[in-house]
Amino acid sequence: MIRAAPILAVLTSLLAIWYVAAVLMNAQLQRDRFANAGRTDYSTAELASASLNTDRPKLPAPHQIVGELWRSVALADPTSKRSLAFHAFITVRETLLGFALGSLLGGALAAAAVHLRWIDRALMPWIVASQMIPIIALAPMIVVIFNQFDVVGIVPKAAIAAYLTFFPVTVGLVKGFRSPDPLQLDLMRTYGATRAQTFWKLRAPACAPFFFASMKVAAAAALVGSVVAEVTKSEDGGLGARLLAGSYYGQTVQIWAALFAAAFCSAVLVGAIGLVDVYAGKRMGYAR
Amino acid sequence: MTRRFDALWPPALFGLAALALWQFGVAAFHVPAVILPAPWAIFAKLFASLPILWLDFLQTMQGVAAGYALGCASGLVVAILIDRSPFLQTGLLPFGNLVSALPIVGVAPIMVMWFGFDWQSKAAVVVVMTFFPMLVNAVAGLKSAGAMERDLMKTYAASYARTLGKLRLPAALPFVFNALKINATLAMIGAIVAEFFGTPIVGLGFRINTEVGRMNIDMVWATIIVAAAVGSAFYGIVALVEREVTFWHASNRQREV
Repeated sequence: MIRAAPILAVLTSLLAIWYVAAVLMNAQLQRDRFANAGRTDYSTAELASASLNTDRPKLPAPHQIVGELWRSVALADPTSKRSLAFHAFITVRETLLGFALGSLLGGALAAAAVHLRWIDRALMPWIVASQMIPIIALAPMIVVIFNQFDVVGIVPKAAIAAYLTFFPVTVGLVKGFRSPDPLQLDLMRTYGATRAQTFWKLRAPACAPFFFASMKVAAAAALVGSVVAEVTKSEDGGLGARLLAGSYYGQTVQIWAALFAAAFCSAVLVGAIGLVDVYAGKRMGYAR
Repeated sequence: MTRRFDALWPPALFGLAALALWQFGVAAFHVPAVILPAPWAIFAKLFASLPILWLDFLQTMQGVAAGYALGCASGLVVAILIDRSPFLQTGLLPFGNLVSALPIVGVAPIMVMWFGFDWQSKAAVVVVMTFFPMLVNAVAGLKSAGAMERDLMKTYAASYARTLGKLRLPAALPFVFNALKINATLAMIGAIVAEFFGTPIVGLGFRINTEVGRMNIDMVWATIIVAAAVGSAFYGIVALVEREVTFWHASNRQREV
């Protein structure tokens, strides 16, 4: 409980700042709206409260976002395009599919890099270098290329999520597979262990903390990939499509609600991996 | 030097082989250019479009540079400010860690509404993206000075500002540079993705998005090459400065032995 107090204090002050900012940013808009309606007799308090509830505000107040989330998640029919849960489900499905695919490929390549020297020396530098370039720039093109082959819907977006997952997973796992120290590797040799045995009994377990760390990075990256891919091809729906539609029609409340939904999905994904990490850490003894 | 060369030639050879395979594969199987143009065609397009791409580069880099400088600087300043308050640290740091898991590029449409289509909105997205990594790393860095060294400063009767300037900030530099490197990549991503949401008719992200729409895939590849080159140059410069400035740190010393 001692740790919760500062977090709550920061959270409350953030909310307070947000409300003040919302009043300040929307006041002019609301003044114009009052003027258009022919009203001049409003008080400052009236202006402030109207600014917090105005339509299409510059900065929606937190309660407007919560209201929109409630309307579009709990009240809307989850199978209709008006439901945010419907779009979030599309995004999460793409993300999970891509994430699984990318992790499998990354894991396979990392295992190969540990055993095959030429992969490690010729291919890994490229993978490491790709970490410092904005690979997400490829997203629109990948969608279009898939389109050429009449592959539409969930697959192109999952491909981008997979693609963004692949790089951090590969780099992290190679580091993890290499983490056992020479003494331990020598011990395996004195046991006469085969390479496969060394891999499964020593390298793979030693990799666990690295595995979870790169999984967390990759899950967040995969979700960003799905959302950006949905922006470039928005007719199939998804949170990215919601963002884009909101920005076309100036529906700021809808944008913020989609943003919070995306943040929630990402936090849940990363949090779930974190929980498994903590559990595995306790069972395997690498937790501090 | 020879060892460095030894490390370089396999990836270089592999890259060349992949390019050759790509070039001949595209020719041999008659792959249409709207799916995968040959590397030679892409390079030709790149050199033919240099003036356009140069303008795109300038436009995007304005947002990247302004946002990166502002985001990193404010992250560092806030880290120094909350360094003296454990209360604020325990309150703010969980947010910093949480934010790293969030799809922050999603704020792009909001920033475009607030700051307009030009580079200012891209800079704003970059500020939001780079602030928290710097905050979290700098707070960890400021803690990294050892207890012995701090005690020594105390026996010197050094003031808070002196200890900060002479001991704790230098000790934090490796962490700060780590954040600067992460942020170099994030800044490029932020600016390019923000341009997908609306820009004046120039910018790397804008170029990618429109040329994809017009099926000029060779131009898309050319733009991506520019983005990749800029991204790695940006990262490389930060890494070089890091090596010059934190030459004393263990991770840099080991290499010379």
